[in-house]
Amino acid sequence: MVNFKINNIDISVEENTTILQAARKHHIDIPTLCNYPDLEIKSECRVCVVEINGEKKLFTSCSTIAKEGMIVNTNSPKVLNARKTILELILANHDAVCATCPKNLNCELQTLANKLGIDENRFPTVLEVKPIDNKNPALIRNINRCIKCGRCIDVCKSIQSMNVLDVMGRGQNIEITPAYGKFLTDESCTYCGQCSSVCPVGAIIEKDDTDPVWEALNNPNLHVIVQVAPAVRVSLGEELGMEPGSIVTEKVVSALKYLGFDAVYDTDFTADLTIIEEGNELIDRITNGGVLPIMTSCCPGWINYVEQKYPEILDHISSCKSPQQMFGALAKSYYAEKMKLDPKNIFVVSIMPCTAKKYEAKREEMRIDSVNPDVDVVLTTRELGKMVRQMGINFESIEGSPFDKPFGITTGAAAIFGATGGVMEAALRTVYEVVNKEELKDINFTMVRGTDGIKEAEVELGGQKVKVAVAHTLANAKILSDQVKNGTSPYVFIEIMACPGGCIGGGGQPYGTTAEIRQKRIDAIYKVDENMTIRKSHENPDIKALYDDYLEKPLGHKSHQLLHTHYHSRKK
Amino acid sequence: MIQMKVISKRFGQINPLSIDSYIKAEGYEALKKAVAMHPSKIIDEIEISKIRGRGGAGFPAYIKLRALSNETGNKYIVCNADEGEPGNFKDRMIMENDPHAILEGMVIMAYATGSTQGYIYIRGEYQNAMNIFKKTIKAAEECGYLGKNILDKGFDFNVEVRSGAGSYVCGEEFSMIESIEGKPGRSRTKPPFPTEKGIHNRPTLINNVETFANFPHIVLNGGKKFAEIGTPSSTGTKLISLSGNVKNKGLYEVPFGTSIRDVIFKLGKGLENNRSIKMVQLGGASGPIIPEYMLDMSIDFDRFENFDSKTGTGAIIVIDDRFDIFDILLINMKFFVHQSCGKCTPCREGHVQIVNLLNKFISHRATEKDLMSLENLAYVIQQTSLCGLGQTSMTSIISSLRYFRDDYFAKVRY
Ligand SMILES: Cc1cc2nc3c(=O)[nH]c(=O)nc-3n(C[C@H](O)[C@H](O)[C@H](O)COP(=O)(O)O)c2cc1C
Ligand code: SF4
Ligand code: SF4
Ligand code: SF4
Ligand code: SF4
Repeated sequence: MVNFKINNIDISVEENTTILQAARKHHIDIPTLCNYPDLEIKSECRVCVVEINGEKKLFTSCSTIAKEGMIVNTNSPKVLNARKTILELILANHDAVCATCPKNLNCELQTLANKLGIDENRFPTVLEVKPIDNKNPALIRNINRCIKCGRCIDVCKSIQSMNVLDVMGRGQNIEITPAYGKFLTDESCTYCGQCSSVCPVGAIIEKDDTDPVWEALNNPNLHVIVQVAPAVRVSLGEELGMEPGSIVTEKVVSALKYLGFDAVYDTDFTADLTIIEEGNELIDRITNGGVLPIMTSCCPGWINYVEQKYPEILDHISSCKSPQQMFGALAKSYYAEKMKLDPKNIFVVSIMPCTAKKYEAKREEMRIDSVNPDVDVVLTTRELGKMVRQMGINFESIEGSPFDKPFGITTGAAAIFGATGGVMEAALRTVYEVVNKEELKDINFTMVRGTDGIKEAEVELGGQKVKVAVAHTLANAKILSDQVKNGTSPYVFIEIMACPGGCIGGGGQPYGTTAEIRQKRIDAIYKVDENMTIRKSHENPDIKALYDDYLEKPLGHKSHQLLHTHYHSRKK
Repeated sequence: MIQMKVISKRFGQINPLSIDSYIKAEGYEALKKAVAMHPSKIIDEIEISKIRGRGGAGFPAYIKLRALSNETGNKYIVCNADEGEPGNFKDRMIMENDPHAILEGMVIMAYATGSTQGYIYIRGEYQNAMNIFKKTIKAAEECGYLGKNILDKGFDFNVEVRSGAGSYVCGEEFSMIESIEGKPGRSRTKPPFPTEKGIHNRPTLINNVETFANFPHIVLNGGKKFAEIGTPSSTGTKLISLSGNVKNKGLYEVPFGTSIRDVIFKLGKGLENNRSIKMVQLGGASGPIIPEYMLDMSIDFDRFENFDSKTGTGAIIVIDDRFDIFDILLINMKFFVHQSCGKCTPCREGHVQIVNLLNKFISHRATEKDLMSLENLAYVIQQTSLCGLGQTSMTSIISSLRYFRDDYFAKVRY
């Protein structure tokens, strides 16, 4: 143990504890900017400096290890002055227009300026306004607001193994940009949005698509429907001020109704459908000697990754569309017929935890009439939060209501799509029973749950033991992809989600996501599952009805037309 | 005689491109002696000599050597020949006049610390020195002083020449390490220090050219003898790069303890056209600016410590009364605006604001508040920057605010 003092308080911590960690443990607040939980310590912003007795220099508390007998002061006049000066310097090279900034009231720089009482800047602005990168459908980079904290570089490099972003230039002219170009479209960006989720300011944000949604809602000729992804029900509450992990499924429905949507549906329904189609694809490939392992296709961040980095393994990707796109396709075919509507007059909105879904919805392949997108607009959890605030809805106190019919019944298997391992578990619940023709004794496949980067399980299918694997984050996906590419993969089925923790940790989720918060959302997702009466996709009566009514059979002609697609190489 | 030639004793006396010429002048004798000694005994001699690093900060050399020798596995030795500090040319002079002395120092320390790979990181502009050093390495390899099984003692050591892309910050240890690894030269957060995690995260020793050139002398003549030269806190001799408005600019070697005034007037023969001194900048752009009345100060690391700076490189830049302090400060600060790597906030954003403030003084638009802002910002940059660049770049501003405060007031608009 190391004994030392912070602000005259006796503190005792384990060896190798930083001053910042020690202070936080004792509820002593030291502000930070470049520091982010779960990411590398960079000590670049210098905001967390503290004074150590006997030293002339100030020390960054994030990187300085507490030593026996140290006397640390976290808010001496010298420290406060330094912090304030550093913040003034940042603000003098920042496009500070808070009132019209998407990060207003949710911005770490703004909060810090307020906390440190900066009401005047001694330094004149030296900002040279540079163009904005808005060439892609998912993310906008506004480098005029970038404070060069390097968090985005770190996530993209160490969590996603993508290295899309880097520091270019030197000195005051440095820019955090795609390494070899100016635009994300110049690079193999997957639009996973993890960079936007860690950016402390409004320098990388999702492309805001709320305007076209308001327009559609106000257009009397349109039938505007919306689908809600599994992960959103455990995060929209958090976005709107409730505790992380609050389950708000029915409140979401009411809020969307209040916003004026004609019908509110659950993407869980097409998640169940995905399990039926993908499960049958797996069974088909196993029994007919098809390409194995089969890899999931629900995550568009992952699809963007494979198409650009591992086109060699595209045969392994399930041909199923993602649940979001299955919904869009059904909405503009089956649903249109059933409701006697012209598909052109149906406007489909998705609420997703994900920025890559915005890209997915824009793909050429995702148009059953070859012209109009099946999903018209994708909003992230954060954008829906914004609309709810714009309408002045008091979300916490709103009465809940159920999802609309058809597609009304969903299962626990679909709900867990939102967490890493969920698709695998849902698929196993179905595939096991279909293949082995016996009921599962325990439907909880805990082996594939949890936040380990790569998880494995073994199951018995048709008398033979097969291995499956689950990975989340692209750095882990890379490991499994390499095995598949080299022909050394021991698995028959692999689930991959690009974001840490799966969709609950998606790039469109509430800001400030950390490992701890992801865990709370995961716990909530499994609670949703537990509370469902039906927990296996193949037992969903509405799914059965859909096949009887319209699709005929899994992997049938109609399914292929509507629910399957192909992916292609986009190697750069 | 105020000059005392130890490092420069072979300058002009030998052919730097001929290893034979070096060998005839006691060359590689120290290495032969060293390989007969126990490695730890060599470091003991360095400790006894009390030699401090010649790269500017004056850090005791034996501490880093011992730290490195205590590590196991792959280790690296780097000779810092980046010499980017304006006003310095002593490292270039050693490389061009007595390159084998540097190499011999490196090989001795490779033996003493058990390192197998070395680099000499030479400033991009020093093409001539680079060519010479490549030949030096080749000749030493051919004669068995470098490469495999050196002097048949069964130890291997290779040296490669590396070069920066003309960036000053690459002279800073961690930026140099990043650059050697093939990345852009940007510093890293410390700790860990290079002797723990340097190149490829392996223990790495970085010393200045002049420091390495001193090692053979210490090994050959003993640490005790070396410690007798100079002052108790700063032993040995120092190469001085004398420049600016003096009559006899050039390189001089003096024992520590010599006064700055003697260097300027006895060796440099005073100012051109018998002008008077306005100020003297010590060390380079990141060194202090002192007035004429302080010139009796002796060249000594302990004296320099008052300035928190890299004064110890040994540059003396004399500026006569035609110049204004702001002329010099602006040149210095623009230099740092260009040289900042951009990694940490105070250095990246601060230097630009310092230049803005200086321009206000220069154009007589500054107020007393600006004076306070300048002083305050200078201290914040010094106290909070991540690496030595930002930690030392303000020395000229801070010292000028101390010794030339009236010059500031003269420009303040009331
Ligand atoms: C910005 C900056 C530039 C530096 N440039 C040099 C240089 O050109 N040559 C040098 O020897 N040391 C330079 N140093 C000091 C080195 O970081 C290091 O302290 C030195 O090489 C150690 O050698 P020594 O112990 O022999 O002095 C520089 C330091 C900083 C912060
Ligand atoms: S990024 Fe933050 S500080 Fe900057 S304008 Fe937006 S809200 Fe304000
Ligand atoms: S969206 Fe993902 S892949 Fe693209 S830059 Fe951001 S973190 Fe990297
Ligand atoms: S874009 Fe955001 S996360 Fe990236 S360096 Fe700039 S401020 Fe930091
Ligand atoms: S002090 Fe300057 S040179 Fe050093 S890390 Fe900071 S920005 Fe880079």
